[in-house]
Amino acid sequence: MSKNKEVIMSIQNLSKVFKSGVFRPEYTVAVKDVSFDIKPGTVISLIGESGSGKTTIGKLVLKLIRPTSGHIFYKDTDIAQIDDKEELREYYKKVQGIFQDPFATFNPLYRIDRVFNMIYESFAFDKSNQEEEIRKVLSDVNLNPDRILGKFPHQLSGGQLQRLLIARALLMDVDVLIADELISMLDASTRIGILNLLVELCKETGMSVIFITHDLNLGYYISDESLIMYKGRLVERGDTKKIYENPIHPYTKMLFKSVPEIGNRWDPDEEFLPEQVIQDVDLFYQTHTGKGFVEVEENHSVLYSAD
Amino acid sequence: MNEMRENILEIRNLKAYYMVLKGSVKAVDDITFNVKRGEILGLAGESGCGKSTLASALISRKPPLQHVSGDVELLGEEIMYMSKGEFQKMRLRNISLIPQYALDAFSPTKKIKTFIGDLVEEHEISADGKFFKKVKERLDMVNLDSSVLDRYSIELSGGMKQRIIMVISTILDPEFLIADEITSALDVSSQRYVATMLANLRDEGIIGSAMFITHDLSILYQIADRLMIMYAGQFSEIGPTDELIENARHPYTKALIASLPQVGIQYKDKKLYGIKGTPPHLLNIGEGCRFRFRCPYANEKCEETPEQEQVNEGHFVSCWRWEEIGSDDNE
Repeated sequence: MSKNKEVIMSIQNLSKVFKSGVFRPEYTVAVKDVSFDIKPGTVISLIGESGSGKTTIGKLVLKLIRPTSGHIFYKDTDIAQIDDKEELREYYKKVQGIFQDPFATFNPLYRIDRVFNMIYESFAFDKSNQEEEIRKVLSDVNLNPDRILGKFPHQLSGGQLQRLLIARALLMDVDVLIADELISMLDASTRIGILNLLVELCKETGMSVIFITHDLNLGYYISDESLIMYKGRLVERGDTKKIYENPIHPYTKMLFKSVPEIGNRWDPDEEFLPEQVIQDVDLFYQTHTGKGFVEVEENHSVLYSAD
Repeated sequence: MNEMRENILEIRNLKAYYMVLKGSVKAVDDITFNVKRGEILGLAGESGCGKSTLASALISRKPPLQHVSGDVELLGEEIMYMSKGEFQKMRLRNISLIPQYALDAFSPTKKIKTFIGDLVEEHEISADGKFFKKVKERLDMVNLDSSVLDRYSIELSGGMKQRIIMVISTILDPEFLIADEITSALDVSSQRYVATMLANLRDEGIIGSAMFITHDLSILYQIADRLMIMYAGQFSEIGPTDELIENARHPYTKALIASLPQVGIQYKDKKLYGIKGTPPHLLNIGEGCRFRFRCPYANEKCEETPEQEQVNEGHFVSCWRWEEIGSDDNE
């Protein structure tokens, strides 16, 4: 199977510009020149604050929007070339997304069984072992099938619904799962279970996860590799431990300074102003003009200038 | 007159239930605690633990939420049985609430200035030049240019809006501020700014004391003097911040702290665990510790509701087995 290949998905020089207004259009650069590869069986974190473009990348990979330039390769196929319905269906069999609000994902009028039955309908799966297969994936995500099947979404908790969606991805045997703020609506005591589950499934099935988050601690816990995004660009990337131990880009540094942590208090004497980072980044780029993206150590690169 | 009072707020056995057709949802059940003068008390717990209900119980109590029993004294005055008119006089000056989702309360069609004007006039404060001069001074304190007053809310970031909200809510220098999830919708950088701002407002004497409600224990750790933990409408534990974190005795507090990921902990090195199961439904819930359904230490004794017991100076816990459990297995 192709899952043994070195790279399952490759994102190359991806950009997305949104246009708003008709007569005097304004352009917003949401994603600018982003490239990265995803290896099978790994979790890669995409970390950034609101407006950094991390969700846009998720949407581009899921083909919900079209890139302005650049390419996304799934195995050897440029996904921009996928346009007939049959091919698109094949693509969605292998690349799926789970989003922040589980209650918005489910139709409240239908029993939750429908999300599984729909897979068998729309992807024309073999139905002979349907019941058994569904029960198996539910057990894999630590849900009791007898207590889950036949329920309506409002009868389940947010954590259970997110587990269901992971079970759904398992049933389809996806290669790449986009998890966009998957656990930000869940309570502390349930979210860690979901994270553990995701990592374990990656290791067992060879599935890859793009874990989109604003939470550095969660990103650190779960991922092998991290990508830090700021204003649509990748500003620092590489081995998660290396970035966390030695952040270099001013934006990454600012993120680390502001993340709240038990056992480690913010310095009360330090002048801290979120807006300050804009000037800091400009200054950083100016002093390093022309350097571009530089590898500072093995598997750790930093954007030194944005020209 | 109240200068010497040590506790700004005293809550005794407060019960506030949502009265619905099927019975009562016991969202705040027999809660006792104080808020001291000049402190920031952090109130933490997961969704549905009654932390926001506690705030509403103190301030508005809109049906179906009803005060069932218990006393609340604010600055020595009993407020649970006060008439609406009397209480309204205390609002903003003595007690002020920043509700959850206050960020979304800005009108999209009004300039910030007009919005603030309309808002304070509701409280019979005239929005004149003098008033706005004070507003501008306070905005300056939180690094906002006074030009934000002439902008519309969509032009401002979440962090800026939250700062404006904090400026308005504290404009009359309230003795006691309740801040409900003021950092949850913000980016980490703005979170730090807004949380620190709360501590600064207290240090500058603009607010007397504050109760900071959030599900995020790690933010409370940064600025709260004391922490209180609630679970499913019941009191679990209260204590000075460091004492509570290092010497937690309630199994729920312990599990909550243990489930928090921190920079420096990776899955492959150290696996963290959550708490199995979900909180119980609070509709007509009976006697007993409500954590017993998920608690690894639970036994028959836990069918009875535990009382608050003292662990250390200022550290209280509601658990039958806190002494046996000890604090050594923290971490």
